Amino acid sequence: MIDESRPIFLQIAERIENDIVEATLAEEAQVPSTNEFAAFYRINPATAAKGVNRLVEDGILYKRRGIGMFVAAGARDRLRARRREEFARQYVQPLVQEARKLGIGIKQLTDMIESTYTATQDTTEGSVAQ
Amino acid sequence: MNRPTHAKAAAPAIELRDVSKEYKDVRALDGVSLSLAGNRIYGLLGRNGAGKTTLMSVLTGQGFHSSGEVAVLGGNPYENDRVLSRICFIRESQKYPEDFTPLQAFRAAALFFEHWNADYALQLAKEFQLPLKRRIKKLSRGQLSAVGVVIGLASRAEVTFFDEPYLGLDAVARQIFYDRLLEDFAAHPRTIILSSHLIDEVANLLEHVILIDRGRIVLDDDAESIRGSAVTVAGAASKVEPFVAGRTVLHRETLGSLASVTVEAVLTDAERRQAADLGLEIAPVSLQQLVVRKTLAAAEEDSATAAATVMEVSR
Repeated sequence: MIDESRPIFLQIAERIENDIVEATLAEEAQVPSTNEFAAFYRINPATAAKGVNRLVEDGILYKRRGIGMFVAAGARDRLRARRREEFARQYVQPLVQEARKLGIGIKQLTDMIESTYTATQDTTEGSVAQ
Repeated sequence: MNRPTHAKAAAPAIELRDVSKEYKDVRALDGVSLSLAGNRIYGLLGRNGAGKTTLMSVLTGQGFHSSGEVAVLGGNPYENDRVLSRICFIRESQKYPEDFTPLQAFRAAALFFEHWNADYALQLAKEFQLPLKRRIKKLSRGQLSAVGVVIGLASRAEVTFFDEPYLGLDAVARQIFYDRLLEDFAAHPRTIILSSHLIDEVANLLEHVILIDRGRIVLDDDAESIRGSAVTVAGAASKVEPFVAGRTVLHRETLGSLASVTVEAVLTDAERRQAADLGLEIAPVSLQQLVVRKTLAAAEEDSATAAATVMEVSR
């Protein structure tokens, strides 16, 4: 679950972000407390708090004094915009690199992407497509 | 977790200044200086005989140190009831009166520890399936360790030391210990010093790591800073070597024209891209791996210094 070789607070922040992007965590929904995160992922509570606070500083979550943490309005759109910017570098670049290595041409590659995109459309569209 | 922000919490729970301890001709502790803030979980790591138990004995007033200053909760722990009543030390092979039952051991603990919680002790004993009315001498090694773990947790002492507390505890019982430790720490923040060989198992529980080797502190840093502070670069030696040049090398392996070098480095995105373009593989290093590498690197450095001294003397 937790990858031992990267800062855990970053992983906690990423997981919460992911839940927001996938709309598992709706805007204005309450997120679990740091102690709940700590118990669930079996990590130090201070580490969990660091991950959550990172999102608070980033404006993705906000604090209601004495109640807890909530997902900010507009958080999902902001996260999706940010991820689109990183998409080419994170996913397309390694994909093209590997395709070149294997001698897969551009036409073949786009065909593969197209058929995969169509085949999986129904299962993922609900939360991803606009 | 909410950290208390009042001024009292700001004073370190444990402070050591240049502490050394010698047994005859062995330096068990060699100029140890540490300042540990309160209400955190610390991991005290190191090989057998590195000085972990000696350090904890000094901090719990069970042993003298030869030189330097020691303060626990603001005072010298040695024969100091004001300090000793607020700390709890669970040793690897904790001794209890043989004719006691676990229940009697708990009652004795209740007299000693100010914040002892008897209900919690019974609840934990049940989880560890501890026979409360069997005499200590009839308990298995694992059950004996469970008695220690229960006392350590239920004491809710301001500073609690667990020195390899799980000899004979199976994986399930150890997981119960880790889970209860985290849970109770979250509800009742306090200072925990956990000494362990099972680094992979405890790594995620720790906020701060202290690595000791032959009496000296080799590493004293937040666990989160340590994670990701080293990487292993692998690929063609002709490309790996220029890439790692100028960095602190913790380990180097070669196989023909291939090299795999572990260096202390937090790589930037640009450096990662550069490595990818060179066809190099970058692998993360876990806390356990890093501790092993650091310990071995410290040993190597020592033997290098020793060799240099020998050469100088023989000159």
